Amino acid sequence: MTTTAIPVYTKKDFQTDQEVRWCPGCGDYAILSAVQAVFPELGIPREKIVIVSGIGCSSRFPYYMNTFGFHTIHGRAPAVATGIKIANPELDVWVATGDGDALSIGGNHTIHMLRRNVGIKVLLFNNRIYGLTKGQYSPTSELGKKAKSTPYGSPDRPFNVLSLALGAEATFVARSVDVFQPHLKAVLKRAAAHHGSAFIEILQNCNIFNDGAWESLTEKDARSDHTITLEHSKPLVFGKNREKGIRMNGLDLEVVSLGNGIAEKDLVIHNEHHPSPAFAFLLSRMETQPGFPTPIGVLRAAHELRYEDRMAGQIRDVTARRGHGDLAKLLREGDTWEVK
Amino acid sequence: MATLTQTPPDTSRRREVIDRAVIRFCGDSGDGMQITGGQFTNTAALYGNDLATFPDYPAEIRAPAGTLPGVSGFQINFASTEVYTPGDSVDVLVAMNPAALKMNVADLRPNGILIVNLDNFKETDLQKAQIKVSPLEDHSLDAFRVFPVELTKLTRAALQQLGLDAKAMDRCKNFFALGMCYWLYNRPMDSTYRWLDEKFQKKPVLAEANKLAMKAGYAFCEATEAFQISYEIPPAKLSPGVYRNISGNTALAIGFIAASQRAALPLFLGSYPITPASDILHELSAYKDFHVSTFQAEDEIAAITSAIGAAYAGCLALTTTSGPGMALKTEALGLAVATELPIVVCDIQRGGPSTGLPTKTEQADLLQALFGRNSEAPIPVVAAATPGDCFWMAIEASRIAVKYMVPVILLSDGYLANGAEPWRIPDVSELPSFPVHFETNPTDFMPYRRNPDTLARPWAVPGTPGLEHRIGGLEKQDVSGNINYEPLNHERMVRLRAAKVESIAQDIPDAVPVGDPDGDLLLVAWGSTYGAITAAVAAQRDRGRRIGHLHLRHLNPLPRNVGQVLKRYKRVLVPEMNLGQLVMVLRAKFLVDAQGLNKIQGKPFKQSEVEAAIEEALGIAPVLKN
Repeated sequence: MTTTAIPVYTKKDFQTDQEVRWCPGCGDYAILSAVQAVFPELGIPREKIVIVSGIGCSSRFPYYMNTFGFHTIHGRAPAVATGIKIANPELDVWVATGDGDALSIGGNHTIHMLRRNVGIKVLLFNNRIYGLTKGQYSPTSELGKKAKSTPYGSPDRPFNVLSLALGAEATFVARSVDVFQPHLKAVLKRAAAHHGSAFIEILQNCNIFNDGAWESLTEKDARSDHTITLEHSKPLVFGKNREKGIRMNGLDLEVVSLGNGIAEKDLVIHNEHHPSPAFAFLLSRMETQPGFPTPIGVLRAAHELRYEDRMAGQIRDVTARRGHGDLAKLLREGDTWEVK
Repeated sequence: MATLTQTPPDTSRRREVIDRAVIRFCGDSGDGMQITGGQFTNTAALYGNDLATFPDYPAEIRAPAGTLPGVSGFQINFASTEVYTPGDSVDVLVAMNPAALKMNVADLRPNGILIVNLDNFKETDLQKAQIKVSPLEDHSLDAFRVFPVELTKLTRAALQQLGLDAKAMDRCKNFFALGMCYWLYNRPMDSTYRWLDEKFQKKPVLAEANKLAMKAGYAFCEATEAFQISYEIPPAKLSPGVYRNISGNTALAIGFIAASQRAALPLFLGSYPITPASDILHELSAYKDFHVSTFQAEDEIAAITSAIGAAYAGCLALTTTSGPGMALKTEALGLAVATELPIVVCDIQRGGPSTGLPTKTEQADLLQALFGRNSEAPIPVVAAATPGDCFWMAIEASRIAVKYMVPVILLSDGYLANGAEPWRIPDVSELPSFPVHFETNPTDFMPYRRNPDTLARPWAVPGTPGLEHRIGGLEKQDVSGNINYEPLNHERMVRLRAAKVESIAQDIPDAVPVGDPDGDLLLVAWGSTYGAITAAVAAQRDRGRRIGHLHLRHLNPLPRNVGQVLKRYKRVLVPEMNLGQLVMVLRAKFLVDAQGLNKIQGKPFKQSEVEAAIEEALGIAPVLKN
C-alpha cells in the first residue's frame, strides 16, 4: 500500500494535448467528459491508471486520457488488459470498447475476461453500428437494420449486451446512457469501486451513421416511460408520475399500474447482490417485451475473488511453502552425472 | 532361434570393439525399466560415452500389470563418438513380458539381440498381452538372436540365502537383466553398487539383493557362454562437467526461468494448448516459486496479446505455440513490432499446412517467422539446434527482446521438443546477465526517444509517476510517439524499425563453419537437422571430402559474415525439412546458387540421406532421380 498522499486532481489533469478526432456531435464526447470528471474523484494516482482499447471510434479513447494508455488491435483489448492485470494487479485497468470491437471480433475475449472475473472495468460504447468503417450494421443492430452492408435489412438477430455479460457470470453489470450525465457518472464510480470485472454498457449515439440510435429512450418526453432506473433495495417503479411498476408473475415479469390495490410493496425489489445471476438476467430481458421499459443502472454487483488475486495467491502460497526458487538447484533437477 | 540348450558352447568367444549401440529395456510399469535404463545410462556416462536416451512411460493411468498399456520403455544410444539421436533401430531389446515384446519388437534390427524373461511367457501372460501363440514358438522372431532367460527363477536362486519373500526377490529381476547387459558391453558395476548403497541405506538387505541379482546376471553370461560375443564401446570425448538428460521443451522452460532470473524480471507465459508445445506450459506452470505466471488463454490470440500486455507492464513475457497458432498470432506480432515491446514467441514447428501432422516434426515455418505479417514488420528470429541448445536460445531470445525492445521468434520443432540428450549443466555464473532498465525519469520523457546504440525505445511501465503516455498500433511520430500519418515520418519509422532489427547483427557471433573453413561444399542449415548433418559431414570429411557445415542459430538478422563464408566454397547445399525456405533466403540475399536438400515426411533426416546428397553435390555418386 502506498503511503504517499494522492495528488488532488481536477478534470483538466486527465485531459491530453491531443486533438479529439471524433465527429462533432458524437456521443463519445459526453462519455469522455464524464470519465474525465469522475477520475479525479477516485483517489487513484494517475500513473496507476491504464486505459486499454481495441479498434473503432470508441477505441481512440486512451489518446484523450492523460493516464497510461494502450490502443491495441481489433477486439483484443480484454486480453491485453488481462496480461497487464496479471503482471501488476495494483494497476487500475479500464477497457474502452464498442459493440463491434467487444462483441463481434473480440467477443471471445470479452466473455472469458468476464467469466474469469479479471479486475478490469469495461466501458462498452454501444451505438449499434460500425462507425469507423463507415456504417455497416453491428452485432447489436436491430433485426432488419438497413445499413451499408444490409440494403435489404439485417438478417442477424442482435445480442442483448447485458444478457451476454450476465451469461458469462460477470460480477458487475450496469447500463447507462451517454446523455444521462449524472447517472453515467454515478455508474462509473460504482464500477471503479467494484473489485472484479465491471461491465458497463453505455448507450451512445452515432449522429453520422446511426443518428437517433437510442432516441426512444433519450427524448425528454420518452425517458421516464421508456427507461427504468434500477436502485438497490428499491421497488421497480417507472413512468412520468411513477405510476407504473414491475411485478413477478410466475417465472416472468409483468408491468402493472400502481393503485387499485397494487402497491410498491407488491413490486420486484431490486437486489444487486442477488446470489443468482438469473435475477439480473431476468431484468436484462425485460426490454425485449412490448410495453416494458429499458433498465438502466446496476443490474448486478456480486463479490468474488479476482482472477489476478487467485493467481498471485498461488505464487505466494507455493513460494511460502518451497521458498524462493534457486536457479542453480533448478538446473540440476533430476538425475545428474559428472564427467571428469 | 537360439536358446540356452540349443546354443552350443563356443570356445572362441570374441570381444568386438564397436563405436555405438542402442539398447531398449522394456517391461511392465512395475518392472523398474526406468531405473534399469537410468543405471545403464549413468554407467555409460561415467564410462565416458556420449549418449542419447528416450524414456517412454505409459500414460498417467496405472494400467493392469502385464497388459499392453502398462508397458514402459527406456532406450539408450551410447557411443565412443558423438551421439545425435536415440537411434532409429535397436541393437539389444530386453523385454520383461509378452506385452513389452509385442509393443517393441518392431524396432529391433535384423540379427539384433532379444533377451526375454521366459518365466513371464505363460498362458496367462500371453492372454494379458492379447497374444494367442507365444512368439517364442511361432518363428516370428527368427530374424533375431533370441535369448529366453528364466530371469525370475534365476534371480530367486541367486537371492536364496537372504531370506526375502518371493515378491521382494522378484523385484530384483531387472537388475539380473542389467547385469547381463553390463557383461554384454563390458561395463563395471561399481557405480550401480554405490547407487544401491545410497538408495537402500536404511534397508541394506535390498541393496545386497539387487547387487546379488546383478552379479548373477553378469555371471550367468560369463558362465553359460550364452553369448558368443561381447562388445566394447570406448569412451567418447565429452567435456567435463555435470550432466543431465534434457528434452527441448524442458530446456526451453528452464531456459526462460534462467532468462527471467538473469534479467531480474518476473516471467509471464500466455499460452493456448497445442501439440507439440504444451509441455512448456505444463512445466512452467509448476514453477510458481520462481515468480512465473502462466495464463492458459482462451485462444492463441489472447495468448500473445496477454503476453504483450504483460510485457507492457514490465514482465519478461512469452507465448508458446506451433504453426497453426503462429498463424493466429500474426496481427498481434505486428502490434508488438509497432509498439516496440519485448516478447518472445516460441514456435515448436510441426507438419502442416493447417492441422497437418500434429505429432510429427517439420521446419516449414521459417518464412512465416521471417515474413508472415502485414506490411514491413521485421522480427528477429533465432532457432535452436539441439534439445540442450533450446536452453541457450531461450536466454538469447530473451536477451535480444529486452535489449532491443522488440518481439523475437524462437523456432524449435517436434523433434527437438520431445527428444532428449545429455546436457552439460552450466554454472549460473556462466549464464549471460542482462538486467533491464525501466525508465523512471519524467523530465522530457518521450516514449519513442531511442537509445542511440541499440535504437531501443525506453521501457516505461505503467505505475511510474510522470510517465503517463499513450502507445498503440497507429503510426506514431518519431520520438514523441504521438499519432502521425505524415508520409516522410512513416518512411522514417519503417526504416528505423528495420534498422533496429538489422543492428542486432553487430551483437551476435560471426558465423563459423565446422569442418573445412573453405572447400568444395558448404552445408548451411538451421534447427533440428543439426545432428544428422553434423554426423554426415564428419563421416564425409573422414573420406577426404573438403566440406564445411554452417549451422545458423540466428536467422534474422543473419550473422554479418554469412555472405563471405558462402563465397569460400564451390557449392552450397541447404538441407531442410521443408520445400526450400532458408535456401530461398540465401539465394535472394547473397545471389548464391545454393541448392536445397528437402525432406517433408514428418521425420528427421537420416545421416545416410545427407551423406548421399553430399556425394551427389560433389559429383561422386551418379545422380539418382526418384
